[in-house]
Amino acid sequence: MTLAKSGMTTISRPTALIAEDEPLLAAALQAELALAWPELNVVAVVGDGASAVTQALRLQPDVLFFDIRMPGLSGLDAAAELADRWNTDADQGAPFPALVFVTAYDQYAMAAFEAQAMDYLLKPVQAARLRKTVAKLQQTLANRAQAAFNFETTLGQLRGLLGAAAQPASTPLKVIQASVGATIRMVPVADVVYFEAADKYVRVLTASHEYLIRTPLKELLPQLDTTLFWQIHRGTVVNSNCVETVTRDEAGKLSVSLRGRAEKLPVSRLYVQLFKAM
Amino acid sequence: MQIASKHVAQWTPLALLQRSLPGLTVNTFIALNLTAFGGTPFGPNLVYSHCIGISIWLLIELARRYLLPEPEQHWRRLYFIIPGCVVLGYVIGLYLAAWLLNYPTDGLWTEHPRMVLGYLLLSLMAGGALTYYFMSREQLAAASQEMAFAAAQTEAAQRHAAESRLVLLQSQLEPHMLFNTLANLRALIGTDPAAATAMLDHLNAYLRATLNASRATAHPLQTEFDRVRDYLELLKVRMGPRLSYTLELPDSLAGIPVPPLILQPLVENAIKHGLEPKIEGGNIMVRASHKAGDLTLEVSDSGVGLPEGRQTTDGFGLTQVRERLATIYGTRGTLVLTPGAGVGATASLVFPCGHPGPAICHPGPAICHPGPAICHPGLVDCHPGPGSSPGFQHPGSSATHALDCGSSPQ
Repeated sequence: MTLAKSGMTTISRPTALIAEDEPLLAAALQAELALAWPELNVVAVVGDGASAVTQALRLQPDVLFFDIRMPGLSGLDAAAELADRWNTDADQGAPFPALVFVTAYDQYAMAAFEAQAMDYLLKPVQAARLRKTVAKLQQTLANRAQAAFNFETTLGQLRGLLGAAAQPASTPLKVIQASVGATIRMVPVADVVYFEAADKYVRVLTASHEYLIRTPLKELLPQLDTTLFWQIHRGTVVNSNCVETVTRDEAGKLSVSLRGRAEKLPVSRLYVQLFKAM
Repeated sequence: MQIASKHVAQWTPLALLQRSLPGLTVNTFIALNLTAFGGTPFGPNLVYSHCIGISIWLLIELARRYLLPEPEQHWRRLYFIIPGCVVLGYVIGLYLAAWLLNYPTDGLWTEHPRMVLGYLLLSLMAGGALTYYFMSREQLAAASQEMAFAAAQTEAAQRHAAESRLVLLQSQLEPHMLFNTLANLRALIGTDPAAATAMLDHLNAYLRATLNASRATAHPLQTEFDRVRDYLELLKVRMGPRLSYTLELPDSLAGIPVPPLILQPLVENAIKHGLEPKIEGGNIMVRASHKAGDLTLEVSDSGVGLPEGRQTTDGFGLTQVRERLATIYGTRGTLVLTPGAGVGATASLVFPCGHPGPAICHPGPAICHPGPAICHPGLVDCHPGPGSSPGFQHPGSSATHALDCGSSPQ
């Protein structure tokens, strides 16, 4: 990881962070950017999603170049987590950075980017294509007055991208089959209060029990009835029938309490639009 | 099967009546002829011919039902069933008619030998005709069924082979891998032309092997290791310090023929599921060894390891390796995936060494290429060894090995 001094000191120069796990490609993008946008100051180059989040929070760059496939957090998940943890306080917080995703080849991601009108770069990054992206970014940075609006747009785009990963199943799942020792428990989906991703498993929580299943949340989500089950965080899906109250704390974060369960679950910024007083 | 169902005789009154009609006609016709040419009265002739005819027909129906449940397979039984039924039915019919007509039965065989023998001859002729009719019908059905089955099998095998070739090719020319490699190459051209040339050479060898692998059926283990090295070198450029690897191939095993790129999916898995998700990366070790005539190929990684309590649902790569092993080595080829000590995982391939299997050394012109890479004389013997299973042995095969890894010098 290379770190330069934060762009905050040089007032006029825009700053950028590159997250790319292949060192040669990171260096190549940096070199191409130096040609296409000489004023741009690349303040950090990181090799994984989690580092991308911490460095972006610390350095608050103007632009983020995120590779999609990275060890640990993927580029998309890193962007979602960053959006969740970004300080949006109008007085002290910097505007949310402009996001550009970089991918070698991913049909689904590319289709999703088109659908969300989100800019992306294909590897190998070509100079002419990069110049177009740079022009768009410069325009975005010039219109910083609309920062709040931009953030809302970005949240919507990220929501769309994360939801577009899989096609919903035609018939929603009725029963969760969870193995408990040598037996398989048939848990009616309607009895589930919430699902929670835990490492490579998913915890299935009913009012009285807890089960572990090995189907990842990403695979389980498209099989659920989305009118009933709402994703409220990257790793949390709640049964909307079981949501009792939604409260906002001093920091402005939402959390839900559920009928039948004592715990309170945080709501990601990406999904706050689910809860609005009528 | 459509063909079979047509010939399973139904046992309903209507079906029986329908089947009896030709016989009844023949019986009447025989009686008419006997009267016209033999000068005997029509009434008794009619009774005799029907009694005998119906007895024979009924016996055959019963025999078909109980002794011939699957005509396509057992049609040869008709050779015994029909003559047997004719003789037995004749005797029954003869006594039945005599009883009906109130004729004495004591001297039947001695007093009217001409009549008795004449009727028997007629019955046998009719029975022979019947036998011939049934035989050719069943035989025809059996033959066409066999042909249809064989054709379907051939077609399925061809389709399967073509499909798996295509899927294999698709998985090996995975676009994400290809474009990332090209992106790295593009970066290197500007910064380090010598490294770019080396990378291009590895890519070249990798692509050529991938395209050839769907056609060739075996290559020496040394070639297999060279291709693994090409692949890992490409990845080393991409992953930088996150990847290190070791290849261990004893010289004595270098010439053993193995199915092309059989290790590839295992190495790919070690990268994709083991090292890629691990932020600091790790090491991959590919090792060949032998024990009691079996070759063991191991791919170990120090990656994130297998999910705990994993109920092995193989991904595409492992399924494909297992299928290829089963096709070539039957039950003697195995693939086992085990968690590593502390970290990572190990995939172990075991199959008979020096046993090229049918896919490699079949005498068929389309399959056994005497090309240098596959069956080089003196390097690797093409004939199945003594350890090969009977199914793989073909006529005239010798039981010698030019290379026997079990006794090769260390």
